[in-house]
Amino acid sequence: MTTDRVNDFAIKIATVNGTGSASANTLLMKSIFRSGIPVMGKNYFPSNIQGLPTWYEIRVTKDSYVARSGKVDIMVAMNAETYARDVREVASGGYLIYDSTWPRPALLARDDITVLCVPLAKLCNENFNGVRTRILMKNICYAGVLAALLNLDVEQIRTLLAETYAKKPALVDSNMKAITLGYEYAKANLACPLPLKVSRLEKTKGHVMIDGNTAAALGCVFAGATVAAWYPITPSTSVMDAFKSFADKMRVDPETGKKNFAFIQAEDELAAIGMVLGANWNGARAFTATSGPGVSLMNEFLGLAYYAEVPAVLFDIQRVGPSTGMPTRTQQCDILEAAYASHGDTKHVCLYPRDPEECFYFARDAFDLAERLQTPVMVMSDLDIGMNDWMCPDLKWDDNYVPDRGKVLGLQEIQKLEKFHRYLDVDGDGIPYRTLPGVHPKGAYFTRGSGHTQYGAYTEDSAEYQIVLDRLTRKFHTAKRLVPKAVVEHDPKVDIAIVAYGSSDGAVHEARDILSSHGLTTNYMRLRSFPFGEDVEKFLEAHKLVFVVEQNRDAQMRSLLTLETRVPKDKLRSLLHYSGLPISSEFIVTGVLAEVEPKVRKPEAVPAAGAKSSGGLV
Amino acid sequence: MTFLPKPKVRHPSLPKNGLGLTRRDYEGGLSTLCAGCGHDSITAAIIEASWGLDVQPQDMVKLSGIGCSSKTTAYFVSGGHGFNSVHGRMPSIAMGANAANRNLTYVGVSGDGDTLSIGLGQFCHAIRRNLNMAYIIENNGVYGLTKGQFSASADVGTKAKKGEVNQQPPIDPVLLAMTLGATFVARSFSGDKQQLVPLIQAAMRHKGFALIDVLSPCVTFNDHEGSTKSYQYTREHYDAAVHADFVPFQREITAEYSEGDALPVVLHDGSRILLRKLDASYDPTDRAAASSAIQERLKKGEFLTGLLYVDTDGKEFHDVNETPAIPLNQIPHGRLSPGSAALAKVLARYR
Repeated sequence: MTTDRVNDFAIKIATVNGTGSASANTLLMKSIFRSGIPVMGKNYFPSNIQGLPTWYEIRVTKDSYVARSGKVDIMVAMNAETYARDVREVASGGYLIYDSTWPRPALLARDDITVLCVPLAKLCNENFNGVRTRILMKNICYAGVLAALLNLDVEQIRTLLAETYAKKPALVDSNMKAITLGYEYAKANLACPLPLKVSRLEKTKGHVMIDGNTAAALGCVFAGATVAAWYPITPSTSVMDAFKSFADKMRVDPETGKKNFAFIQAEDELAAIGMVLGANWNGARAFTATSGPGVSLMNEFLGLAYYAEVPAVLFDIQRVGPSTGMPTRTQQCDILEAAYASHGDTKHVCLYPRDPEECFYFARDAFDLAERLQTPVMVMSDLDIGMNDWMCPDLKWDDNYVPDRGKVLGLQEIQKLEKFHRYLDVDGDGIPYRTLPGVHPKGAYFTRGSGHTQYGAYTEDSAEYQIVLDRLTRKFHTAKRLVPKAVVEHDPKVDIAIVAYGSSDGAVHEARDILSSHGLTTNYMRLRSFPFGEDVEKFLEAHKLVFVVEQNRDAQMRSLLTLETRVPKDKLRSLLHYSGLPISSEFIVTGVLAEVEPKVRKPEAVPAAGAKSSGGLV
Repeated sequence: MTFLPKPKVRHPSLPKNGLGLTRRDYEGGLSTLCAGCGHDSITAAIIEASWGLDVQPQDMVKLSGIGCSSKTTAYFVSGGHGFNSVHGRMPSIAMGANAANRNLTYVGVSGDGDTLSIGLGQFCHAIRRNLNMAYIIENNGVYGLTKGQFSASADVGTKAKKGEVNQQPPIDPVLLAMTLGATFVARSFSGDKQQLVPLIQAAMRHKGFALIDVLSPCVTFNDHEGSTKSYQYTREHYDAAVHADFVPFQREITAEYSEGDALPVVLHDGSRILLRKLDASYDPTDRAAASSAIQERLKKGEFLTGLLYVDTDGKEFHDVNETPAIPLNQIPHGRLSPGSAALAKVLARYR
């Protein structure tokens, strides 16, 4: 038997989509979280309503690592269709739990793991009636087995069930019955607890488990967004669902009973972004949420917004491309599409949140930036951030927050003007003044995507056209000062660095700790926005070798860095993870060690040669 | 074309509207369209209609897509904001703008290419939402800026300037709008200002989506013999079914009509449309009967014109959305942001 590993292991649960396993998995994760133990949960689900294989990974992590480790210590194999691959994935010395109602000793044989047999179907068939109930309860039952094996607090689980089914007490009883069945069976027949177990900590206080789409929607509600227009697309839909649900509760005027927001399901993504432009142009804070295919469709309007200088906020919850790709899997593959969306010379402000907490704050920042800069701002989240529950510090709202509505002239300011010029650089920062309809005839101007002068008139004159285009460049330089700065950990003695962004951050943190234990110290820069500021240039200049970690095949951020900074291309090495699963720390460690000789070799931290790698090196 | 600004000469004897403004105050930039273009007559009708309605120029929002017709929003009411968007997508810009501020007058100008080909989807969905705007199609059956291709409104058998004969059936915006549940459907002719001006006024005051399909001949590419959208053909084949006179809320009905031959329709702001049936069998309040009458005449190559259908009871977008009377863009931030205490309460669910 291995030695005890308390609060530090990963469980993977293989089930069939649509069989109610999501509630069992949430239950397990939340009960660990409520025991004060940091936990990560990731859902790998198919683009399907019912029937296809689905997995859920729970990582219990005393050190608060938020990424996949890349290893599975306990596999709960509930789906016969995927037994073969599930059993292969268990780390040596690990455990496999399966439904032994139908014994499969040959298929599951591996002499370096422990197979735990639980006749889940038999237990549920004997204790529950109805086909559907039996299937659902089988999944709740394995949660009971795990509770016994991992030493989870059963009372905690009961409390959670009571909260979840507050309005349906009958469900609390039936679910608890299934939990108890599994729990008692494991206690009586298996060696409980396993050396892999949990023990109460005090590390989750002041934290929540929340998904990025919910957090982004909350950010929009609190930042004062009033118009939400969208077209349904996985994995962004829950941003809008959450916005609607929060706004229905928190945005209904107590006096009139009317809704202080407009929620518009558009006919397609083209219309969705058009509505967002129309509303922002008319002085409302408006946003949309979409994914890569939607951004492709929105390109034309994004170009108009850039050139006519209309604010807009867009959440891109990135999924696997190209084309329809794998809609329920994660990637960071819209980086270049977003940065240069639309024909002609266009560049867009992009923000790269690392987790749900940043989705919340970046939602607020995106509105401020969009209105300050009069341009679209894209918040580049992804499916991993957007749809998985992440442990985050409590979201905080500053009641003194005043929205930055940018350079919008009010009635009195317009009245004082001799003449209003929409696209004139009055302040030297490249940002012109704008006016809203309905205020004063002197403030009226004509918004167009065709060539225009700095005074807002139509033009086909080369010089007049260029004046406006060059000012837009100056405005983009101003943006560098306003966007969120990169987060840098820079020890001047160290000349190897890692650059990452978005959801790769957690894996990088853990990978750097592992690399340190090998004697390899690295510096780190987490990009949080485009355009890149001078701080990004300096960091890249200061290092001999820079690993750029990203979740796409074509090293899109590396391309963007080489295009938009002075960094020589050969200084940047890519570590590219594009399997559709969230990146793991192991992947980064392996990639770095393949290039750099560590001072102390710790072979056990490096997977054996030939171990399945989901990415590649460029 | 040059773009010299028109000198704003105000003769003291120019007639003034209720706001003390003259027709000149409702003009815009100089048109760059071909001399004799039907669109310019529609522009003149919009100017006349806006002046007559006492619209505050800054309260008018002018929206358009791309094409000859879409350029015209620059040629009227320069005191109102204009948004010349992308091809076929004006309805979405209008929807967003209207969502942000429901209290302005939204006037969209589009063409048959902009509305019936590239923008067909957005046009249909704006009708479904009963978006509160006047939507004018300047319909000439042809693409002008790209030099004479057939549009989706070209009739079967109509001949292009170079001789090609159109074989594909047209999409008729009036019938389409009737099918989609539009609450205000009208057709007119750019050459009939008397009919067009009150229609535009009624459309601007109608609560909901008001469509006016205006046959507007293209003098350069579609005004020849063999075209069914030429001035001559249109004059010979259009037939007014219902004449609508618009009576703003503040004004008395003049004694020209006796109660018997005018059917007053009261709009939500108290204004009235007086419908005078020119064809005794036509009923502009019966969607099915009106549709079938329009279709019968289309089969004969004739256009029924006037206010062809009106329903003042429809719910517009804001009624369905339950937005407050105050425009969303004017609600102070303090009333929009729920505050830190509310956030703390929300977070309890995520522990």
